[in-house]
Amino acid sequence: MHQRRSWFVLSMLCFGFAFLYVPILSMIVYSFNASRLVTVWDSAHSPTLVWYSELFRNDEIMDAAGLSFRIAAVNATGAVILGTLAAFALERFRRFRGRGLFSLLTTAPMVLPEVITGLSLLLLFVVLEPLIGARGATTITIAHMTFSMAYAIVVIQARLATVDRSLEEAAMDLGARPLKVFAVITLPLIAPAIASAWVLSFILSWDDIVITSFVSGPGSTTLPQYVFSKVRLGVSPDINALATILVLIVSVAVFIAGTVMMRRDQRRIRDAQIALGAGG
Amino acid sequence: MHEVQPRSGATAGSPYVRLEGLTKRFGDFVAVGQVSLEIARGEIFCLLGASGCGKTTLLRMLAGFETPTAGSIWIDGVDVTQVPPYERPVNMMFQSYALFPHMTVAQNVAFGLRQDGTGKTEIAERVREMLAMVQLEGYEKRKPHQLSGGQRQRVALARALVKRPKLLLLDEPLGALDKKLRERTQFELVTLQEKLGVTFVIVTHDQEEAMTLASRIGVMRAGEILQVGTPTDIYEFPGSRFVADFIGSVNMVDGTLLEDEPGHVRITCPQLDCTVYVDHGVSAPPDAAVAVAIRPEKIQLSRDRPPGTDNVLAGAVVGIAYLGDATRYLVQLPNGFQLRVTAPNVSRREERFDHGDPVWLHWHASSPVVVTR
Amino acid sequence: MASGSRLGRWGVIALPYLWLAVFFLVPFLIVLKISFSNVQLSMPPVEPALTWDADHAVHLRLHLSNFAFVLSDRLYIEAFAESLLIAAVSTVISLLIGYPMAYGIARAPGTWRNVLFLLVVLPFFTSFLLRVYAWMGLLGRAGPVNGLLLKLGLIHEPLQLLQTNFAVYLGMVYSYLPFMVLPLYSAIEKLDLTLLEAAADLGCRPTKAFFTITLPLTREGIFAGCLLVFIPAVGEYVIPALLGGPDTLMIGRVVWDEFFGNRDWPVASALAIVLLVLLSGFVLLLQYVQSREREA
Repeated sequence: MHQRRSWFVLSMLCFGFAFLYVPILSMIVYSFNASRLVTVWDSAHSPTLVWYSELFRNDEIMDAAGLSFRIAAVNATGAVILGTLAAFALERFRRFRGRGLFSLLTTAPMVLPEVITGLSLLLLFVVLEPLIGARGATTITIAHMTFSMAYAIVVIQARLATVDRSLEEAAMDLGARPLKVFAVITLPLIAPAIASAWVLSFILSWDDIVITSFVSGPGSTTLPQYVFSKVRLGVSPDINALATILVLIVSVAVFIAGTVMMRRDQRRIRDAQIALGAGG
Repeated sequence: MHEVQPRSGATAGSPYVRLEGLTKRFGDFVAVGQVSLEIARGEIFCLLGASGCGKTTLLRMLAGFETPTAGSIWIDGVDVTQVPPYERPVNMMFQSYALFPHMTVAQNVAFGLRQDGTGKTEIAERVREMLAMVQLEGYEKRKPHQLSGGQRQRVALARALVKRPKLLLLDEPLGALDKKLRERTQFELVTLQEKLGVTFVIVTHDQEEAMTLASRIGVMRAGEILQVGTPTDIYEFPGSRFVADFIGSVNMVDGTLLEDEPGHVRITCPQLDCTVYVDHGVSAPPDAAVAVAIRPEKIQLSRDRPPGTDNVLAGAVVGIAYLGDATRYLVQLPNGFQLRVTAPNVSRREERFDHGDPVWLHWHASSPVVVTR
Repeated sequence: MASGSRLGRWGVIALPYLWLAVFFLVPFLIVLKISFSNVQLSMPPVEPALTWDADHAVHLRLHLSNFAFVLSDRLYIEAFAESLLIAAVSTVISLLIGYPMAYGIARAPGTWRNVLFLLVVLPFFTSFLLRVYAWMGLLGRAGPVNGLLLKLGLIHEPLQLLQTNFAVYLGMVYSYLPFMVLPLYSAIEKLDLTLLEAAADLGCRPTKAFFTITLPLTREGIFAGCLLVFIPAVGEYVIPALLGGPDTLMIGRVVWDEFFGNRDWPVASALAIVLLVLLSGFVLLLQYVQSREREA
């Protein structure tokens, strides 16, 4: 089929990608600028790595990063567990009482403005204070899990929908009980989605500022909180360095993911060829 | 309630599989309505019907994937109605084969045995034996997506049979195969079944599949079994218009009983403009409205008028379809009614008819079937 | 599934359901309750709704004053209106940029498509906060945008680009673009190309085919993308906080300031409830669109 390459579409593509990437690239470039006035290029002393070394010597940032990391990891694991259960229920159970409400509860956190969910969670934690103590890392993790779960459900349910029901029925027919079927048949088949959901939840938690601000307490400063309070006052070169490092990590991860996907596609094509080569 | 007894071919003694008043309702919709059936051990029983007739639902109830709304299922004397699928001595070959994509062929076949806790050496032995039986030795390490359609089916078959189930259910087993493969697989299936002695229940919408494979067929429609019998019974002695029309092609005409004797009946058919004489009796009230079914291959064409007055008609050829092994004619009677006639091409020098040729049709008195429903 | 026992099923649903009920539903009820209360100097700075008096009689006080205040004060009404406007305009701009992008990616040949898709997704994974920060750098008085304009001689002194509504629009479209592109891409990719071939065969020009076939058939993707941008954009806080000026009144910021600045929890709660009610129609619409798509 002929491919009509419209110049309009092509130029919009270029414009769109430029729009997306110029700010990111500018941040990276300025991270090597020796001048403290981030955007005024100090050609005498640049490029330099001085902000990177300052970054690693800054205990506050390092602690905040560590906290964010721990919270994000716990949150991702919890979100994926809850998300798998919920996705399974939504996808496999035809009708149950309260399904409409459940479905709504699993979509809303994704979409509602964070000030609403943050505010409401803070109020809940205030009420629960005698039970769970002061606000801090725990409340942040709980809050993150609540909205991460919504995203995890979307990813996992989408994959679960493509799993052939007859595979699960065949397993049962051959003698496996429902729990065994889930562990041995369903889970391996949705594993990629679970992994994606974990990564997605991690990133959402790592990145979150609004909800975190509402539900955090003294002594639990996450990385976004630190960055936010700093940039409210204006641009700062160590933030640029931080940004560059994060972009680098993400790019490497995306590159690896992309290569893995391509490798898998190639293998699938090869397998199909083997099958075709075989006789009836 | 339709309680159907097997006419012939069933073994004596208690039935191996027994369905009693089996019903399945989805809300107001009755998918299967009060089906009672008996299947003998070692039979190949085929449920035949169009899509939506309830045959798949019935099969799934046998497997345990649907809970009956009413009725019971007995296998080898045990009531299995409430038994979950993983505890039934029943195995199924799915229409899509449902091979586990992340497992090898050997692992797929071994799956059922592992659930039973069978020992490793025994599993390996039985898997090897089974794969040899379906002619897939050497394919143990392959994954499903590295196999062709026919090979996948054989893995599915091996996987279902390796547990030596009491009952094997097959859902449209030949549907996904092309014609040549289908013929080969038909014979392979029957041979395998005879060797292992497993009771088969097959569900299909394909008459040819049913006629070739089954020792007995149950024709289903709208959740009910209309008739059960051997392929010969079903074809030669259909019990209703629907069954007559469903299997093969048929000429169906309405008529009224003129004479009703134990030894013969005579029916007048306005559509045919002749009387039909049938050489056996039917059970129907006098002057009943009946239908007469005559199979196309039972009608003979000739240029000269055959003797007798019953079962003789005149017409003209209006359609010809040459099929190689036979020729199908469409013959129109003076009153406009059309009959289908199939004439085998027995010899090259046999006379053939052309468009517009006047012909005489006749059939033997044993050929028509009188249908009262 | 005939074999899953009822108890087993409830076991699966129970955990996530309970979690969401406790950590999502109950909080909203609390917000509702507080929106009916009065502020007081305490921690929490809210008067209790239920009180006992000496005769052991229970009094339930529900103050509607917060809502009356919120719905009548010009400041709040303007904030709501401006939030809706900014969100709507941002959504439209995102759609105008996002649709051609999604179309280009969906129609790209094999490997290119995967690469482009990953490139769209990548910014989504880098910190949202940092990407907004990037614009702070670009739009500053000493920043490269002003620098370029000065060099080209288009202006004689740096423009005030930050702390303006313009910056807010820019930031909004920038941050939410991936949310628009992804559902659009998904919808366009599912389009059956043979439909367009049939149209061409019947004499339809490409532009006309686009408007009469492609656009209507990707309608659900468009709805999903617009809703996924509009709903959170209305209550956005970070972008107006960092890029907006003192007169950029967005409701997210107002709620934040009432809550943290004024410590007036009841009013903040009332605002949140009104915002929730305002958006609930859209959220239900999104639910409907997504369930329709899942059935298809």
